[in-house]
Amino acid sequence: MKKTKNIFAYLLRFFLYLILVAPLLLFAAYAFSTRWFFPQPFPVEWTSSIFLRAINDSRVLTSMAQGLWIALLVSVISLILSFPAARVLGLRKFRGRQAAWLALFLPTIIPPLAVGMGLNILFLRIGLAGSIFGVALAHIIPTLPYTIFTLSSAFARFDENYEFQALALGASPLQIFIKVTLRLMTPSLVVAVLFAFLISWSQYLLTLLIGGGQIITLPILLFSTASGGNPSSIAALSLLFIAPPVLIIAVTAQSLNQHGVEIREQY
Amino acid sequence: MRDNPIFSPWLALAPALTIVLVLLGASLFYAVAESFGVISVIGQSEPSLDAYRNTLDAHSEFWTSLGFSLWISVASTVIAAALALGLAVWLSERRGNIDTLALNWNLAFPHLVWSVALLLLLSQSGLLARWAATLGLISVPADFPVLVRDRFGVGIILSYVSKEIPFLTIIILSVLRSQPVGYDVIAENLGASRWQRLRYVTIPQVMPALLAGALLVFGFIFSSYEVPALLGIGYPRALPVLALRFFLDPDLRARSEGMVVSLIITLLVTAVAIVSLKMGERKE
Repeated sequence: MKKTKNIFAYLLRFFLYLILVAPLLLFAAYAFSTRWFFPQPFPVEWTSSIFLRAINDSRVLTSMAQGLWIALLVSVISLILSFPAARVLGLRKFRGRQAAWLALFLPTIIPPLAVGMGLNILFLRIGLAGSIFGVALAHIIPTLPYTIFTLSSAFARFDENYEFQALALGASPLQIFIKVTLRLMTPSLVVAVLFAFLISWSQYLLTLLIGGGQIITLPILLFSTASGGNPSSIAALSLLFIAPPVLIIAVTAQSLNQHGVEIREQY
Repeated sequence: MRDNPIFSPWLALAPALTIVLVLLGASLFYAVAESFGVISVIGQSEPSLDAYRNTLDAHSEFWTSLGFSLWISVASTVIAAALALGLAVWLSERRGNIDTLALNWNLAFPHLVWSVALLLLLSQSGLLARWAATLGLISVPADFPVLVRDRFGVGIILSYVSKEIPFLTIIILSVLRSQPVGYDVIAENLGASRWQRLRYVTIPQVMPALLAGALLVFGFIFSSYEVPALLGIGYPRALPVLALRFFLDPDLRARSEGMVVSLIITLLVTAVAIVSLKMGERKE
């Protein structure tokens, strides 16, 4: 009885892990094979030419570069905006704190569809539509709640006495900020930057609505290919698209145990 | 220094709050203005209710799409919640961070890529169809059941269910693992059966968190575009798909109707989020 229960447990766990690697295997099978016709259960002819062609395609390269550039811009800007806000939210009690929280969390409630459609007109008018900066600005909306939440929960555990001690020892405000505050916050800052990067990197709707066909990122390219392209190029693009997230999640797996739930929905 | 009482905390909050409120406010303003047909592009300045009238007309596609969206959102949420409950209860009886790591791994696959994977796996010439053919279950692709891009949204539901189970499982697990007293153990000592423990101890414990989480999931599914656009068909189409198609229509009058649909989605999702927040508060 006990033994069959164990076998069942192992099977379920095996299944759980299979689901995790299955998408990667599936993409790899399609991306690195050719002439894989219908009834054949597994690829018969392996090749790297499709994948190589994909990463040498100028459209793909441009879309990766643009997506990367936007995601970096978004990470830096949302970090700068979040840091002071997260500090007071994590450390201070003040009148209207609840209201500030609610306002900063509005972007997690209002669908990107509605935000993007509304901003589409505004950005067209002020000339931000179709520009890298315009798209980055739009990406900051869904990103901010997550960076603020990550940083403020770190600030809630932050001991300000370290700063006072440095002050008492004669450190300048700048020295305190760099050598004490930033030093202590580094792990959470890294997690926040990675979240921001991920959310921006995988953003489809806001890029489509603000970029207006001029800013092409990998999700945009993948979406249009998936609506009618051949399976091999779809799979190759998918592999390129998930490479950064897969790497990031693998590296930050430990801290995700604390923060994983928070970023769930944005993509 | 930074903590000088003269500096209000609002000064630190100002940059982030300004960005969020100005951008959201502006987008809402333009959405409402355009829904009333006040668009500079076609030079119309008199507000009209035409778009609302056309959208909410009894024969409009809006109602079909609303029904379809409700169907995929409710079905996905309910199935994911039930399976997540089972998985969480099973995992909570075992220790180990490995499984929570496994659950977080899901984050590495955005919804878009997850749907693409399902497309490659489940289409009529996909991997499962090939395996079925190898086993002699089917002979041509057309024999394989239509699981993606199907009339009933099966592919969409499959995509959401498999993506949301980990999220809901983590929520339930965190409740189960934060219980200071082993109520479950006490109940077991008092002679409760496995089913009784689940029914009278575990489920009441996790219900508030699970409901709040499920409402969030519902709101997300109801308002998101990529999955139904990729795994759905032309008719019936989900509300967000309808909204965007109207909005990108070359006929500028259709844009107003797109805005109306989008505003209705926003209104519904916001109402659901408020209920979810209230539930989360009551739990404390």
